[in-house]
Amino acid sequence: MIEIEGLTKHFGPIPAVAGIDLTVAKGEVLGFLGPNGAGKSTTMKMVTGYLAPTTGRVRICGHDVESDSIAAQRCIGYLPEGAPAYADMTPRQFLSFIAEIRGFRGEQVKAKVDAVVGKAELDLVLDQPIDTLSKGFKRRVGLAQAILHDPPVLIMDEPTDGLDPNQKHAVRALLRAMAPDKAIIISTHLLEEVEAICTRAVIIDRGRVVADGTPAELLARSRHHNAVTLALPTAQAETAKARIRMLAGVATVEDSALANGLVELTAFPKGGALLIETISALVVAEKWDVNELYAEAGRLDDVFRAITTHDADRAREARIS
Amino acid sequence: MNALWPIFKREFMAYFSTPLAYVFIVIFLFAMGAFTFYIGHFYENGVADLTVFFGYHPWLYLFLVPAIAMRLWAEERRTGTMELLLTLPVPLWVTVTGKYLAAWAFTGVALFLTFPIWLTVNFLGNPDNGVILASYVGSFLVAGGYLAIGACISASTNNQVIAFVVSVVVCFLFTISGAPLVLDFFRGWAPLVLVNAISSFSVLTHFTAIEAGVIDLRDLIFFFSLIALFLAANIVIVDLKKTG
Repeated sequence: MIEIEGLTKHFGPIPAVAGIDLTVAKGEVLGFLGPNGAGKSTTMKMVTGYLAPTTGRVRICGHDVESDSIAAQRCIGYLPEGAPAYADMTPRQFLSFIAEIRGFRGEQVKAKVDAVVGKAELDLVLDQPIDTLSKGFKRRVGLAQAILHDPPVLIMDEPTDGLDPNQKHAVRALLRAMAPDKAIIISTHLLEEVEAICTRAVIIDRGRVVADGTPAELLARSRHHNAVTLALPTAQAETAKARIRMLAGVATVEDSALANGLVELTAFPKGGALLIETISALVVAEKWDVNELYAEAGRLDDVFRAITTHDADRAREARIS
Repeated sequence: MNALWPIFKREFMAYFSTPLAYVFIVIFLFAMGAFTFYIGHFYENGVADLTVFFGYHPWLYLFLVPAIAMRLWAEERRTGTMELLLTLPVPLWVTVTGKYLAAWAFTGVALFLTFPIWLTVNFLGNPDNGVILASYVGSFLVAGGYLAIGACISASTNNQVIAFVVSVVVCFLFTISGAPLVLDFFRGWAPLVLVNAISSFSVLTHFTAIEAGVIDLRDLIFFFSLIALFLAANIVIVDLKKTG
């Protein structure tokens, strides 16, 4: 439903987006990740028709965003960066305005607004001016505005930014419920969000896609993938460390002291080997006083940091050029 | 096209949900009164017409209309609602026209509220109400012309102060282009056609013609083409900003 081909955007000589190809199908929730300034928002602005691409094209439900923008924009619900809304309006007025612009009239407007107010839990603040609302409510007004016409394509720039954990949970549940019959792109800084709702994660850096896969696939690239961590008393730590390092499949063992007189050991596998069985067998055989033992699926922030260029690198590069 | 009304309505209501509308209307009415009675010597003239009153309109609009126009686009850009507005499925010309008409309607409201002076002059004597009506139409058209200029300039910057100052200057040039100050500058070297063309761009010349009580088609065409030209430029500028 979303087809992006060879998309680039230059601001003067600076390439903000340097060639992105992506196709998002119905039922997919694509998490768009990347450091600040990687080109996430710029890409979303081009997908929704706010910015014209320098080269490349975007098709939404078969409509070209540049040449057939009205038809394309009808299919899109868009939450722009910072969830902008007219501050002097109340959520009721604002959502009615959006409904009217989207072509609903009379009773339909009321029905659409009522439905979306329920979904975004805005009942309490419906008649307060938007500029008096908390950040969380403002975000939800923006969210409500985007889903009001039940669009087949949803583009959301940081939909849960500024929400408290309960609200985040509610928004994620909402997105999950809508996901099966929509194509959704969300950008986020929160890696846990990707694991919670995304069926696919795309990491971009300096305007290019540097990783694209399911969250599980990305996790498998983490050095913590299948790593085993155990916590045991300091007295046993040295022996345990040595013994675990001897096991087949273990690449390295790292330790870190915990506050309560325990040491935490983490064994990293060679080539993603499964370690939990051998290590737990060893623990039983050696009768170590282990009070914590778990295997990890991987850490997205490992992957994120490993493949996106660090700010320091970037600064160095800027100096050289 | 169906979106014109919601856009108009939202923009129009926005004036009244902030102090802007009230401040503007109060200052507009106060300034009108002050100019007419103290500087124009409305009573001392002893003539039952509103020529003095309307004579000051272009000069007052020169500052007050850019004050309304400056926020038209600059504000949307600053608060980020521009992104929301321009990604809704609405043709750009509808958005531009809807916002413009709302601002124009607002100046219409302010102008309408000067009706006590019309009542006064009718109470004091027997003015030619046809001329007064024509002058009101002319005044409204002048406001519309300035507003189109201001809207276009507002679209090209997100700094409201710059939008205001540049609009005042451009409106000023359009106001006095028929005056000797401007024409003498060209007369020495430019062909007569050009001098006449420049002179015909003067808002003041066309307004004075209407104010005399005759709504000539040529004057109407002037104002509507001025408005259309700047709205077209407004659309182009908003569209150009898309390419970054």
